[in-house]
Amino acid sequence: MDGLIHFGYTMLTMLRDVLPIMAILFGFQILVLRRPIKNQARVAMGLVFVLLGLTLFLEGLEMALFPIGRLMATQLTAPEFIYGSQVGELLSVRWSDYMWVYVFAAAIGFATTVAEPALLAVAMKANQVSGGTITVRGLRYAVAIGVAVGVALGVFRIVTGTPLHWYIICGYIVVMIQTTFAPKLIIPLAYDSGGVTTSTVTVPLVAALGLGLAETIPGRSPILDGFGLIAFASLFPIMAVMAYAQLVEWKARRLKLRTEQE
Amino acid sequence: MHPADNPLVTHPHKKGPFGGIWTKIRKASEPLIESAKALLPILLVIGFFQLLVLRQPIPNMGQMLWGALLVLLGLALFVRGLQMALFPIGEEMAHNFVRKGNLWWLLIFAFTLGFGTTVAEPALIAISQEAARIAAAGQVIGNSVEAQNSYATGLRLTVALAVGIALVVGVFRILKGWPVQYLIIGGYFGVVVMTFFAPPEIIGIAYDSGGVTTSTVTVPLVAALGIGLAHSIHGRDPLIDGFGLIAFASLTPMIFVMAYGMLY
Repeated sequence: MDGLIHFGYTMLTMLRDVLPIMAILFGFQILVLRRPIKNQARVAMGLVFVLLGLTLFLEGLEMALFPIGRLMATQLTAPEFIYGSQVGELLSVRWSDYMWVYVFAAAIGFATTVAEPALLAVAMKANQVSGGTITVRGLRYAVAIGVAVGVALGVFRIVTGTPLHWYIICGYIVVMIQTTFAPKLIIPLAYDSGGVTTSTVTVPLVAALGLGLAETIPGRSPILDGFGLIAFASLFPIMAVMAYAQLVEWKARRLKLRTEQE
Repeated sequence: MHPADNPLVTHPHKKGPFGGIWTKIRKASEPLIESAKALLPILLVIGFFQLLVLRQPIPNMGQMLWGALLVLLGLALFVRGLQMALFPIGEEMAHNFVRKGNLWWLLIFAFTLGFGTTVAEPALIAISQEAARIAAAGQVIGNSVEAQNSYATGLRLTVALAVGIALVVGVFRILKGWPVQYLIIGGYFGVVVMTFFAPPEIIGIAYDSGGVTTSTVTVPLVAALGIGLAHSIHGRDPLIDGFGLIAFASLTPMIFVMAYGMLY
């Protein structure tokens, strides 16, 4: 019974998020464009599917993933886990003591990104528009690898306490260099994939990790150092997707060369 | 979308040993299997760290499996809904706007869509409240609840404004066929320059605010809108010109939030 009430509540919250969007869409469609929507019944059914699907998705995550994920983030960053239970008060930390935290950050960043519905939507569109050259799976894994590297580096930054903006500026420079060499077709999609990675699944877990670290490491403040992981998770997929495209192009060129030689 | 492009549905050519029923079962279970593949890495990561690194049993196994089942169903339904509603709506509206031929209405629509979908975004509400707490702790604003609320609301409106403007610029770019990278790299310069002038407390939030603005419902709509526009305008390539709107929507909030931090 409690579960049902909670489900209804989640559904209402989703509805509250979706209603303004629908009001804008249908408002413009009816008042400005003055055209009835095609296949109204099908579209209405699809909207119900979106609403119901996202509600079930969030509800399931809240039951299965978020509690244990947050707990693990707290446990892995606790000084008792890293330095054993006899540890006294921490005065300073070595970055190399946090190996498991980096591995966890990368693994959870990768895994949650693969399951991200917004990324799936963009990957489906990219697959369709590119006529199948860009595969749904390839794009998702490329983006997920980017998030994995980004979150791990972001965690390293919190452990070492180095300023966020230097990392981001360096990232921008790498993106600019890659932009000049990457295949032109992939560039807009690569830029877009930075924005879609961090929504429903990734943010709660990654935020818990950042907060856990910032709270336990001496000299870090949760309110100042806890932020920034999402920025890493939105920057690195851009590089990863461009790198993926460069790799695909390079492979195709090598294959062509080899067939020409034969 | 053409059904053949749908990654979550397969189209078996020959019937299985049980004829039509078997095919139907396979067809119905295919989206679930694809969702399961998307979910599997999370379960592996959680299992590995819980059992081998932390060496603890997995609590509430039953509840976890039940939750995982809900996630599976939810993802499969969401994808179906995308193809039935969000993608067609976005593309159809793009076509209709191009056919109407009124630039101003299209730009007003882009702004409204960006502003309207962002201003009520739960992740943004959470992050702006966090930002108000930081500002209060850093004595930028008073410690009272009213001061924090007005700071948070101002920040939210700033980000929503930034996304609205981003979509206007992004749509205009599609119409003109400008290459996306010059605008984005210009935006990066904006971010870097602002970083050196903005108060240090705001930088982390500003950088993060770029990532949280685009929700799961907005992304498919905006992607379909961009691709629909590129399809309807002669000489635009859907891959080169259609994508890029989301990139703008995650870039401008950083600049705007730092400006907000400087002005406050």
